Amino acid sequence: MSWITKTLTSSIGRKIIMSATGLFLCTFLVVHLVGNLQLFKHDQGAAFNTYSHFMGTNPIIRTIEWGLVLGFGFHIFEAFALTRRNKAARGTQGYVSNHSEQNSEWTSRNMGILGSIILIFLIVHLYNFFWRARFAGDLPRMGGADPLTSDYDNLYLAVVSSFHIWWYVLLYVAAQISLGYHLWHGFRSGFQTLGLNHRKYTPLIKYVGYGFAVLVSAGFASMPLYFFLFTDAQGEMAANAPAFLHTVASAF
Amino acid sequence: MAGSNPNAKPMNLTLNVWRQPNRQAQGKIVEYHVKDISPDMSFLEMLDVLNEDLLRGGQDPVAFDHDCREGICGSCDLFINGRSHGPEKGTTTCQLHMRKFSDGDTITIEPWRASSFPVNKDLSVDRSAFDRIIQAGGYVSVNTGGAPDGNEIPIPKEISDRAFEAATCIGCGACVAACKNASAMLFVSAKVSQLALLPQGHVERKTRVENMVAQMDKEGFGACTNIGSCAAECPVGISLENIAILNREFLAAKATSNNLA
Repeated sequence: MSWITKTLTSSIGRKIIMSATGLFLCTFLVVHLVGNLQLFKHDQGAAFNTYSHFMGTNPIIRTIEWGLVLGFGFHIFEAFALTRRNKAARGTQGYVSNHSEQNSEWTSRNMGILGSIILIFLIVHLYNFFWRARFAGDLPRMGGADPLTSDYDNLYLAVVSSFHIWWYVLLYVAAQISLGYHLWHGFRSGFQTLGLNHRKYTPLIKYVGYGFAVLVSAGFASMPLYFFLFTDAQGEMAANAPAFLHTVASAF
Repeated sequence: MAGSNPNAKPMNLTLNVWRQPNRQAQGKIVEYHVKDISPDMSFLEMLDVLNEDLLRGGQDPVAFDHDCREGICGSCDLFINGRSHGPEKGTTTCQLHMRKFSDGDTITIEPWRASSFPVNKDLSVDRSAFDRIIQAGGYVSVNTGGAPDGNEIPIPKEISDRAFEAATCIGCGACVAACKNASAMLFVSAKVSQLALLPQGHVERKTRVENMVAQMDKEGFGACTNIGSCAAECPVGISLENIAILNREFLAAKATSNNLA
């Protein structure tokens, strides 16, 4: 093995890949969340469909997409590699009595379980939206008067109809809660592993991470909940939706 | 025998102790009862009482590691009621006193658990993996000549304080015992950052961190996931900042050292 592979397969090397890919995926979450906020726009999905058409066809985005595939791939692969190593290090004979809840946070000890829930969600999520839009080609067209957009996939309608299936909404919300807890530990942990620990900035990173975890997971979870609770099958807001939602929607 | 405290009442306790005849054998928890334990006794003195009882009854005493009994040597390694060195913060087992327990308590006592720390007998574990990590680079081997005059090597007080804090690690292994991943990174990072902070350690800093991490991995310790149990259980309060320093030192060394292996 060369010094590079030796470095990257050492315990610290694997952790550095884990944190670098993890922080990269955090930037993806921001882009994904901000783009998807267009679902809330009151235009029968025109803005969202135009955006998703751009994301699916723009050559620069399609190139960066490979970076995303590698980011997820390495993050998941290293998670399995590290879990295996760490389980072997812990040994077969466990403690009869172990009160780890008195010395550490639950989230920090259960990143693997949280990550596995997110992985299951990811597979379902990719199959339902990404696969259908990119490969299956069975999505309805947007139609309408505009000749530029009438041939676009109506991904908005696929989203709305998925978010009217109760178990689907449940899976999404459960996954977003897991993601929130995953980020609660993962954000600051990523900086620590890269050696970015400083008495001035580490407390700041910690609280920014908490805010990031809550905002991102609540932001994503709000989408299935909104469509399930407050809209009809076309994504039109129901008349009985709370008044403030109407105000927010018209502000968009 | 209530000791020096006139209000201290002697206690009767139930002990669930891990018994294992040797490294290969299967161990198990055995229940014992000790009577008239003074609250002023240290935890190890309580175990001495148990062993005297066992010897009087013709039984094999419980093997446990101990040496200085004043919190310096890092020998007393017991996992008490699910915590490294027991429930008290910032103490070794020998500094834990029976006044922290109550009459009638049941106390579970286990050895450190980790693949790299095999159990020798009962509560005594083999921590020579730590020695081998130190042998791999936890020292300064350059010829430093005679003792220099005071203040000849300028070291800011803040740096010397931080190096000293890292140097207080007694190598007890509580970090490994408490860690979900049985990671030794708090231990390794304490030595690496202590020496990396000081000018005497700068000469060998790259080879040191490369060799110590390589030995740590070879011994089969896990990888840090920044849970923080180690620092919470450390009897001398080694902080997680040291692990960040270790990661930094490792990355810088790997990127710039002349070592191609």
